[in-house]
Amino acid sequence: MPDTAHETNDSHGDVDEGRRDFLYMATGAMGAVGAAAAVWPFIDSMNPAADTLALSSIEVSLAPIEEGQSVTFKWRGKPVFVRRRTAAEIAEARAVPMDDLIDPEADDERVKDGKDEWLVLVGVCTHLGCIPLGQKAGDAKGEYGGWFCPCHGSHYDTSGRIRKGPAPLNLPVPPYEFLSDTQIKIG
Amino acid sequence: MGTQSRFQHLLAVPALVAKRTVQAGAALLIGTSIALAAGGGEPTVCTPKDVPHNDRHWGFQGVFGHYDKKAAFRGFEVFRGTCAACHSLKYFTFRNLADLDVPEDAIKGIAAEYEVMAEPNDDGEVLPRTAIPSDYFPSPFANEKAAASVNGGAVPPDLSLMVKARASFENHVPNILDGYMDAPEGCEVPEGKYYNAHYPGYIISMAPPLADDAIEYKDGTKATKEQMIKDVSEFLAYVAEPKLEERKSMGFKIVIFLLILTVLLYLTKKQVWRKLH
Amino acid sequence: MSNPEFSNPIVKWVDYRLPIFSMMHHELHEYPTPKNLNYWWNFGSLAGIVLGIMIVSGIVLAMNYTAHIDYAFDSVERIMRDVNFGWLIRYIHMNGASFFFIVVYIHMFRGLYYGSYKAPREILWILGVVIMLLMMATAFMGYVLPWGQMSFWGATVITNLFSALPIIGEYIVTWLWGGFGVDNPTLNRFFSLHYLLPFAIAGVVILHLAALHQHGSNNPLGIDIKKKGDTIPFHPYYTIKDLFGLGVFLTIFVAVIAYAPNYMGHPDNYIPANPLVTPSHIVPEWYFLPFYAILRAVPDKLFGVLAMFAAIAVLFVLPWLDRSPIRSAKFRPVYFIFFWVFLADCILLGYCGAMPAEPPWVLISQLATAYYFAHFLVILPILGLYERPVDLPLSISGGSPDDDAPAAQAAE
Repeated sequence: MPDTAHETNDSHGDVDEGRRDFLYMATGAMGAVGAAAAVWPFIDSMNPAADTLALSSIEVSLAPIEEGQSVTFKWRGKPVFVRRRTAAEIAEARAVPMDDLIDPEADDERVKDGKDEWLVLVGVCTHLGCIPLGQKAGDAKGEYGGWFCPCHGSHYDTSGRIRKGPAPLNLPVPPYEFLSDTQIKIG
Repeated sequence: MGTQSRFQHLLAVPALVAKRTVQAGAALLIGTSIALAAGGGEPTVCTPKDVPHNDRHWGFQGVFGHYDKKAAFRGFEVFRGTCAACHSLKYFTFRNLADLDVPEDAIKGIAAEYEVMAEPNDDGEVLPRTAIPSDYFPSPFANEKAAASVNGGAVPPDLSLMVKARASFENHVPNILDGYMDAPEGCEVPEGKYYNAHYPGYIISMAPPLADDAIEYKDGTKATKEQMIKDVSEFLAYVAEPKLEERKSMGFKIVIFLLILTVLLYLTKKQVWRKLH
Repeated sequence: MSNPEFSNPIVKWVDYRLPIFSMMHHELHEYPTPKNLNYWWNFGSLAGIVLGIMIVSGIVLAMNYTAHIDYAFDSVERIMRDVNFGWLIRYIHMNGASFFFIVVYIHMFRGLYYGSYKAPREILWILGVVIMLLMMATAFMGYVLPWGQMSFWGATVITNLFSALPIIGEYIVTWLWGGFGVDNPTLNRFFSLHYLLPFAIAGVVILHLAALHQHGSNNPLGIDIKKKGDTIPFHPYYTIKDLFGLGVFLTIFVAVIAYAPNYMGHPDNYIPANPLVTPSHIVPEWYFLPFYAILRAVPDKLFGVLAMFAAIAVLFVLPWLDRSPIRSAKFRPVYFIFFWVFLADCILLGYCGAMPAEPPWVLISQLATAYYFAHFLVILPILGLYERPVDLPLSISGGSPDDDAPAAQAAE
């Protein structure tokens, strides 16, 4: 290979060497920092945008929901089930021994204190993402009176817990809070 | 006069950029020289003899430019109090008011004064619901045809990008708002139209929209016509380019960073090449 | 190609099976480059980097862009307002197009000045012209995507160029549109092709580089490499020089994005496309203006279109029009003058392209167009015959071409 430039007969001596190395390192470090920083906007552009985030929480009025009725809302592109449970449904959910549950979780952990009748769930089957039936009056509600996923036959009880079928976990409870007795904010 | 200034502009910049400068210069000329904007460049009977020229300075110009948020919010009040009767502002959402330092509760309150169409309900009806911060500012007309039929055939343009869509940029809105005057002698203004010295062709369909005390400012500023022109122009400039402050402050830092890096690269280059001599 | 010894065992293992490290070593480290390249030689690698910036920013923009006439404009505004750093990425892409052309035009004029298109680099030059053509097509289709007024009317005017062809013209235009005017099918195919063509450009760039490395770079003296002392390895000398040039470029680029991002755009493109209203003054993007002026200079529709394409086509045969064996304008006193006149003529054409098609601009465009073609078709061939060049130096590093040893020593 051509070697004219590489065999540095450095006539400038040791005095320059330290300064030169520092210069190379400073330039290299700054260039590396700049290149790394330049990547960030492109990566961050793939995170949820401002309009998407603005819709990340919804406020829902509970006033029109009657006892025994279920209503579906769309939250972050997914269905949220809100069921106003009857006393019988609550009692049924509370009577189940923990040992019978696939994903043990007490019913009172899945509702807000003093708001036992309101069950709020993300309505996506934990098996492979289908939407379970059970929201409408004529729907199959499964063997445990809650929800039934028609895709692969998962049965959920009146607390939205998985009781039978391939799904591994209970229907998740989204983060939500009561703004008033008849108003909740999901997300 | 115009041609000469264009040539001066041309000579001042490097050759390749110059080609485009000419184009921009021509556009600028259209913005400032009313004669050209009228089309063909020939003066007509309607060409104003004495154009009221507004040489305004804006805080958002310049290297460290930023919006006057209080003024922009007052401009929002002007917009919704007057302009919004005819003009839409499609790309503005209530949540954007946070950029103008409006607190979240106040934004909710302002949004709640408006209604937007909800998703179809269980019976398939589309009913209005109270707006929330994530909603876009409602348009006054359902569609262009509706807008045209109410406004004698002229469609009031959307104002979201007005400041970037006209060659005179941030001076376009105040110029139009300020340009209403009596038509020169011999210039006929049709029924229902108005004479505006800053509008291309000078005949405008929009009635003079602002008058003293047309609205009442929440912050107690006196709503003179001039005050409202300034405020609404600031607001519309913000809506057209909401990321301007971020762009300028970030740009400044990056330019400084790159300058230092470039100097270092130059020194490194010199150092590397020194071995050759 | 000498095979370098790699000490890293993984590198060694890979290189034995796939010689990428040997190749990099050969093309960057060993690759002998004339030692006298000036800063005008920075613009080639710079163009490559800008292509990379355009592809990366474009891919990210495409993730948020909707190619539908009802949503295209809105989706661009959503990028500008809601997508994280969307405004930055969009302004990078928008201004990047202009900077790409600035860099490439400088690169081309560099080639014209120093005669880089002459033997044995004719194919290198032709591939470069192909890249420019592909860039023009890509830029044109990209400008349509935001679906503003200039997008729409630019697309309408340019696609209508093909209607100038006799008999088949109308069919071709309808075929280009996929309808009876520029409409949703047009927008969709333009998006598809706008995404595709940059990769085609990248492919031709690789060929361009292969052709370059065959005979190496031309140089400001335009004379061949005679001995070892004439050259230095590309790395680190030209890598660091290119990086310094990149730093200067990026500083200017960022300053424009930060403080004048719409300077090279057109206000009308912030008005959504309206097929029923034409803007009063249609102008293409600045980088098309010289060609646009040539188009308008010819009063006949068909011949105007032909003249415009001929203005590019003539570049393909340039290596055979310029018969002078001397490459660099440094040693061609007459060509030196005509080069600068030609550059001025191109700028004048650009100026004419921005002006309305009315006196005196029509006449000026016609004269400038005539000169443009005269430069290639008359002046260059004649100069090749009659111009008396200045004496050339014997070698790049000075001294006689044979005394390699002393020259090499001098370089140390």
